[in-house]
Amino acid sequence: MNAVQKYFTDMMAWIDARLPVTETYEKHMSKYYAPKNFNTWYYFGILATVVLVLQLVTGIWLTMSYTPTGEGAFASIEYIMRDVDFGWMLRYMHSTGASAFFLVVYLHMFRGLMYGSYQKPRELIWIFGMLIYVALMAEGFFGYLLPWGNMSYWGAQVIVSLAEAIPLVGNELAIWVRGDFNMSGITLNRFFALHVVAIPLVLIVLVFLHILALHEVGSNNPDGVDIKKHLDEEGRPLDGIPFHPYYTLGHDLMAIVVFLFVFCGIMFFFPDGGGYLLEPPNFTPADPLKTPDLIAPVWYYTPYYSMLRAATFELFGMSAKFWGLVVMASAIAILFVVPWLDRSPVKSIRYKGMASRLFLGLFVVSFLVLGYLGTVHPTPGRTLMAQLCTTVYFAYFLLMPWYTRAEKTKPVPERVTMR
Amino acid sequence: MTDNDLDPSRRNFLLGATGVVGAAGVAGVAVPFLGSWNPSAKALAAGAPIKIDISKVRQGELLGPIPAWRDRPIFVVKRSKETLTKLSEKTDRLADPKSEESEQPEYARNDTRSIKPDILVLVGLCTHLKCSPKFKPVVQPEDFDPNWLGGFYCPCHGSKFDMAGRVYAGVPAPSNLPVPPHFYESDTILVIGEDEGGVS
Repeated sequence: MNAVQKYFTDMMAWIDARLPVTETYEKHMSKYYAPKNFNTWYYFGILATVVLVLQLVTGIWLTMSYTPTGEGAFASIEYIMRDVDFGWMLRYMHSTGASAFFLVVYLHMFRGLMYGSYQKPRELIWIFGMLIYVALMAEGFFGYLLPWGNMSYWGAQVIVSLAEAIPLVGNELAIWVRGDFNMSGITLNRFFALHVVAIPLVLIVLVFLHILALHEVGSNNPDGVDIKKHLDEEGRPLDGIPFHPYYTLGHDLMAIVVFLFVFCGIMFFFPDGGGYLLEPPNFTPADPLKTPDLIAPVWYYTPYYSMLRAATFELFGMSAKFWGLVVMASAIAILFVVPWLDRSPVKSIRYKGMASRLFLGLFVVSFLVLGYLGTVHPTPGRTLMAQLCTTVYFAYFLLMPWYTRAEKTKPVPERVTMR
Repeated sequence: MTDNDLDPSRRNFLLGATGVVGAAGVAGVAVPFLGSWNPSAKALAAGAPIKIDISKVRQGELLGPIPAWRDRPIFVVKRSKETLTKLSEKTDRLADPKSEESEQPEYARNDTRSIKPDILVLVGLCTHLKCSPKFKPVVQPEDFDPNWLGGFYCPCHGSKFDMAGRVYAGVPAPSNLPVPPHFYESDTILVIGEDEGGVS
């Protein structure tokens, strides 16, 4: 051992006696055994982490030039775009990053639904994941008001007004949230605080818990096989490989490179995304007197927005507006209880029966159709379509306890398969 | 005192009491944080009544939207005789034709929802989610309604209102467009945000 190595070993021993650095590194990286049969669907967790870091860093830098007031916000965005060196790039990174965040999170969630990653013993991982999703939606919503464009203004107006549908306290609640009788600079200022300080802190804590819970029970895999059932003589799973370096360098690094390649393509050449990532009405300042011709949220909220619009009738003496809020809130809330709705003896869709496949397929189609409908004007035909898709969306969850138990499943192999 | 002398009920009482005092402290300290979200004095002061000269508004036209009464868009519409007759006749598609469930001062709770029959004053915010509806006065087939009789159409969620701001049945909006407190100081001067002879 030469002098440098000895110095390094001694230094690590000194630190390890005071802070569990090596132990933590081994537990979560070099001796964290992940199933060896991960496929493409397993890229999106790490990609979400990459985007989170990207959003935090670009967000901090944007804050340096942004003015969070009703008078100054819109102009400060123009200032960032035109006068700040590389300001346009920081902003496009952040706006493209927002959409990218939701894209990878949706794919990550679909992976979970497909391979039963929420099933016992991973219920808490799923719950933390859902909390991340909800925090992310709040983060996106608060952030969307900050450019103070006309779509920002009216989009936020619509969502805050949702609170008014709550019986008895609704009106006061909406005024309390806005801090004013109509959306104003006061609202903008508090949304800024929530967007840059409060929600990011919550997100980071939740992501930490999500990963901690995952590493406690270990990762699921496309076969839904428990790799801890077959261990070698040293107690390592036979079907597991150390996360580092096999997945970090062999799997994820490549995925990150491909992802960043696509990301840069969009950021440099299609930052508006054809009006889906940055909406045209947002290039005019907020006007409290004029609603844009078409109010559509950014694409990642449109499925829920469609459900909100799909509620058009009174029921049990409550208004359609109230039911719209209920439908929208339940559509998100029901995702939390998926671990207890799925009664199947198997985890992965590979070994579930036809009913599970059919319902998952219908669920995805209805989610995508709702997403599309949320971007266009409502017509009677489209409203009917949205009502149908909303029904399918809920049927996937509400019928799950029955079809997962009734259907005939395929035998699950003892060991993972590499297909 | 040894461990055997421990009185568990005494310990539980102390834990409970500490918990209650702590919870009261948290509730108390939450007051300034939650209270700071209420409309500030500045926001409250921005609600003063305004005066509008309506002599220039022509029949079938919309004056505004006028920012008034806490920056809400106010619509002032002058309606024709034909429009007014239709208001009392064609009510079968409306959810609340008599304005029983809707927000308006007593003096505007009639078929025309106005003080002067022809002049309609509305808060131009849809009662669904507070988008500002479009003024579509012409009786003609529209994308959103092949039998359109004229009125207001909200682009956000497709709510429809007639020429008195009364909501159609089967749309997301729960009630008619609100009528703000208003009165006429003279034939041409309209005051919005105040009832005649008193602050609203």
